[in-house]
Amino acid sequence: MAADDLAIDLRDVSVCYRLPRERITTFKEFMIKWARRRVEYEELHALSQVSVRVRRGESLGVIGRNGAGKTTLMKVIARVLRPTSGDVRVNGLVAPLLELGAGFDMELSGRENVFLNGAILGHSRRDMQRRFDGIVDFSELEHFIDAPLRTYSTGMVARLGFAIATDVNPEILLVDEVLSVGDIEFQRKCTERIERILQRGTTLVLVSHSPEAILQLCGQALWLSEGRVVADGPARDVVDAFVARPTTTLSAAG
Amino acid sequence: MLASLREVFRYRSLLRDLVARDLKVRYKRSALGILWTMLNPLLMMVIFTIVFAHILRVQVEHFTVYFLSAFVLWNFFAQATSWSTGCLLSYAPLIKKIYVPRSIFVLATVLAGTVNLLISLVPLAIIMLFVEHPFTPALAFLPVPILLATMFSLGLSLALAPMCVMFADVVPIYQVVLTAWMYLTPIIYPLSAMPDRYRWLLLANPMTHIVEAFRTPIYQGAIPSAHVMISASVAATVTLVVGWLIFEHYSDRVAYYV
Repeated sequence: MAADDLAIDLRDVSVCYRLPRERITTFKEFMIKWARRRVEYEELHALSQVSVRVRRGESLGVIGRNGAGKTTLMKVIARVLRPTSGDVRVNGLVAPLLELGAGFDMELSGRENVFLNGAILGHSRRDMQRRFDGIVDFSELEHFIDAPLRTYSTGMVARLGFAIATDVNPEILLVDEVLSVGDIEFQRKCTERIERILQRGTTLVLVSHSPEAILQLCGQALWLSEGRVVADGPARDVVDAFVARPTTTLSAAG
Repeated sequence: MLASLREVFRYRSLLRDLVARDLKVRYKRSALGILWTMLNPLLMMVIFTIVFAHILRVQVEHFTVYFLSAFVLWNFFAQATSWSTGCLLSYAPLIKKIYVPRSIFVLATVLAGTVNLLISLVPLAIIMLFVEHPFTPALAFLPVPILLATMFSLGLSLALAPMCVMFADVVPIYQVVLTAWMYLTPIIYPLSAMPDRYRWLLLANPMTHIVEAFRTPIYQGAIPSAHVMISASVAATVTLVVGWLIFEHYSDRVAYYV
């Protein structure tokens, strides 16, 4: 596998949140504690030694229980978090759909938010002007586009966010559990659009709690548990293993 | 460093949006809006002129223009750097969710300050007309000191911004430092008023030279001396480069703190 075939190449990535035992928020406190050598940290390993490789045009589903590190993994790929150790290579323009409404300003109108969000994704105003009609059309918000975003329902915000992120021709699309918002009809529309984007050769990483969604959209899957990779391979095998996992861990944890 | 500059350039349309939004938000809530930018130096001028020209009797010709030309520049520096101390926190929701080069938030804040400075040149000009201070061709030199002041403020802001995220009390500490710093800069008094013994303190202060570079074309109608320009340029460039490097080093940690 040549290196330039890879859209995403993570090697031994660990993300470790250092939580001070007592929260130190001021410089004064820090100096006092540091002078007494008493700055102690509790380490929380959100990801430990995770290696992921996704080839161009491939789609990877990520499954795991809450707190398994799925979102942290997405944040590392999206460059929001730099890992504590390990190597991250991401080749291509990334469109993150990590949290809908991220980068939206609730006081601005839908129209202004299309441009603001486009700018956040690194697109020029002219570029967004060209795409504007298509975005509004897909989101089905023609009548509301000049109303402030705070008057929108969650589903409407989700539609607008999805329409923008998928319209800008990303090379790598990161989708974190956002398909579950919006009504069934819109969900189907989103799934269709993702399928169409995939045909164009876009790389997809999808986080979902729904095994069906992963099987439908992803060829490969990754199962995370407590920040470690449990299984990695063809989506069918990984999802089957995940569904069939002993549920004792659930009751033990719960 | 070159790569991050290129990245900032790619996000230039976000930068423009952020500057516009910064200015809009700052004036939206006040009844007089953008007039404040003009009124603030005017009112300060009245107070300082009364105190220093009439009560303390500072012996400077055309004191109003002498003081105000330095004060608008200082005001820009003080505002831009103080606003920057909070800018990463105010954009925390964005920083935690989407990657954009973080330096863009500091850059937007400082540039909004520069726009403010340009606006406050209007009341300065009005006062110059009012006290019949001559307008000279040397005013065409002003973009240079404005650029240097912006570079210096940006450098310091880049160094301060991540620190303020990690330690909340850097903000009030910096406010105290700013007050002391202002009195250690020849704004209300001329350089010659400082006893020889302490003059090195003023000369070691980069803001002394940057203020002088801005004041000379306005107050004396002349191009600043080579010595002043070299000192100001070196201070601005070094501060910007060091600030940028500090920011690059710490900005990755910011997402863990905000």
